[in-house]
Amino acid sequence: MKKIFKKTWNWIDDRSGLSEAILPMAKHPVPPGSGWWYVFGSGTAFCLSLQVVTGICLALLYQPSSGTAYQSLKFINNFPLGHFLRNLHFFGASGMILLMGIHMIRVFIMASYKYPREMHWITGVILLLLTVMMGFTGQMLRWDADGIWAAVVAAEQAGRIPFIGKFLARFLIGGSTVGGETLSRFYAFHVFFIPAILFLFVGFHIYLVLRNGISEPPERDRPVIPGKYREWYENMLERKGVPFFPDAAWRDVVFSFLVLVAIILLAIFAAAPKLGGPPDPTAIDVVPRPDWYLTWIFALYALMPFGIEDYVIVLGPLVVGAILLSIPFLANKGERSPMKRPWSVAGVAMVVTFIMAFWYMGHKSPWSPKFTTKPLPATIVPKGNAAAKRGVKLFYTEGCQYCHSIGGRGGHKGPVLTYIGDRLTPREMRVRIINGGHQQGGMPAFGPTISNNQLHDIVAFLQTRKQGIVRKLQVVKNSGGEDK
Amino acid sequence: MDRRKFLTRLSIGLSSLIAALIAVPVVGSLIAPFFTEKPRVWRDIGPIDKFKIGETSLVKFEDATNRSWSGPTSKTGAWLRRQDKKKFKVFSINCTHLGCPVRWIKGSKIFLCPCHGGVYYEDGSRAAGPPPTGLSQYPVRVNKGRVQILTSPIPITNILGENQL
Repeated sequence: MKKIFKKTWNWIDDRSGLSEAILPMAKHPVPPGSGWWYVFGSGTAFCLSLQVVTGICLALLYQPSSGTAYQSLKFINNFPLGHFLRNLHFFGASGMILLMGIHMIRVFIMASYKYPREMHWITGVILLLLTVMMGFTGQMLRWDADGIWAAVVAAEQAGRIPFIGKFLARFLIGGSTVGGETLSRFYAFHVFFIPAILFLFVGFHIYLVLRNGISEPPERDRPVIPGKYREWYENMLERKGVPFFPDAAWRDVVFSFLVLVAIILLAIFAAAPKLGGPPDPTAIDVVPRPDWYLTWIFALYALMPFGIEDYVIVLGPLVVGAILLSIPFLANKGERSPMKRPWSVAGVAMVVTFIMAFWYMGHKSPWSPKFTTKPLPATIVPKGNAAAKRGVKLFYTEGCQYCHSIGGRGGHKGPVLTYIGDRLTPREMRVRIINGGHQQGGMPAFGPTISNNQLHDIVAFLQTRKQGIVRKLQVVKNSGGEDK
Repeated sequence: MDRRKFLTRLSIGLSSLIAALIAVPVVGSLIAPFFTEKPRVWRDIGPIDKFKIGETSLVKFEDATNRSWSGPTSKTGAWLRRQDKKKFKVFSINCTHLGCPVRWIKGSKIFLCPCHGGVYYEDGSRAAGPPPTGLSQYPVRVNKGRVQILTSPIPITNILGENQL
């Protein structure tokens, strides 16, 4: 039996030359001591191949039509294997973005982008952009309420660009409104167009690694000198190089296996974002949110100063892209060791901190009105104060509570009003409610719409929000508690 | 020009032509939305008496291009406000910030956006939050005692003002 296999393989290998083609690539010498820092690139590529496999499986079950995609997602969700598959695809995508980020940080900190590997970095930046586009279009294919509003938000962002914006918006959603053409387009983008370009660049990226070799671990006082580096690198490989397979590749394989185990465990014990309501543009009971890797941009849009947004939306991506692409040109020689490049390390720390902080804010999104807040109980006002009792109800029905919280109940867009009675006099309260906040983007003016009686009752209620009075009552906590 | 040079140029030239010819349908299908018709039609919303003076309510109507495979996405929602006996105003449901659907808060007579907290007054003007302008409006008319809305593209706002797709 063994003989037959061997014979067959020898025949195939002789006629095809597979070993001749692959062995030199597998055995090519790489610098020693690359270690575990070098596994994130191959980990990203592994996630991509996992995405291809799970994506193809999902395509067997998915209906790429604006009218029926939602039902097919419900179908996929409703049997265990389909649900598992969707989870795998979601966590595979998450893993790809996360590992790509870590890979990029590793490359930057070790300055692997310097001569002669500038093109590695440039193709990597393009791959990052393509991957984020895959994530965004993939989220949209869920085609629930979040899906259609993501399509609208994408069109509106593109629309911010002067002159060509409206064409771009039309290009994205395939018409004047979200409709029959929209999902077909995003499906084609997600499954055909972007992957085609993505594979092209992945191939190019890996080809470059084979051509220029992986960067050796950096050492202090060993600067990169363009012109001399290649010769030095070849000499080093001749003296100390080890075969890529298995000396370095075993770590890639082990890491990919661990990534797969992590994704499978997440797919079993955690869940991809829940399927929202149907893709009905007239259903206004929705709170659209992006998936986790874009939450920080979502927060940025809420928190940037009023008036600069048009410039940030249009110029922001251009500036970020230009900075990323210019890095290997600004510094393609010299020290690679992070110990000698403190500002680079500080820059990474700053960017990571910035993204994490905005990510946290996006997760909390205090600027969004809290539509799910429950009415405050009438028992939180002292007995006998009829106006305040009416005021508590108005505080909820008039929508104050969507933005202001009292005793932990309510939104966080405006200031907490738990002890507002200690801070503002009745007159100050009336001025604020009638005229609104003095900041741009602050509280709206309710003067034109609120009646005198309503104003009187709400102020009467807010005047009971004094520490002295509240301490005596201590009722909010005993009557249903805070909002979730 | 010798034979080899000629054949080189011929091959490169023809290959480029092949690529260009294949690119026609690819680019064409990508940019088809620029050339498709942009029909706008009046949609009947209901009898005029259905709407009370001074009230704002959610109305739903079919888009101008409703394909048989559009499903629920063929509909558009809007906020209709009856100002007096004859006058109506119809506000787009889309926040002018990034397009999320705004909700009418009956008690405080404001529109609130669930995404980044944009706020509008009952006349659609901007009250607070990141939206650059007030809510955009649909053309509306009363025809033989029935309220009708002209279907419109999703409103797009940018630094040059309001554009329509």
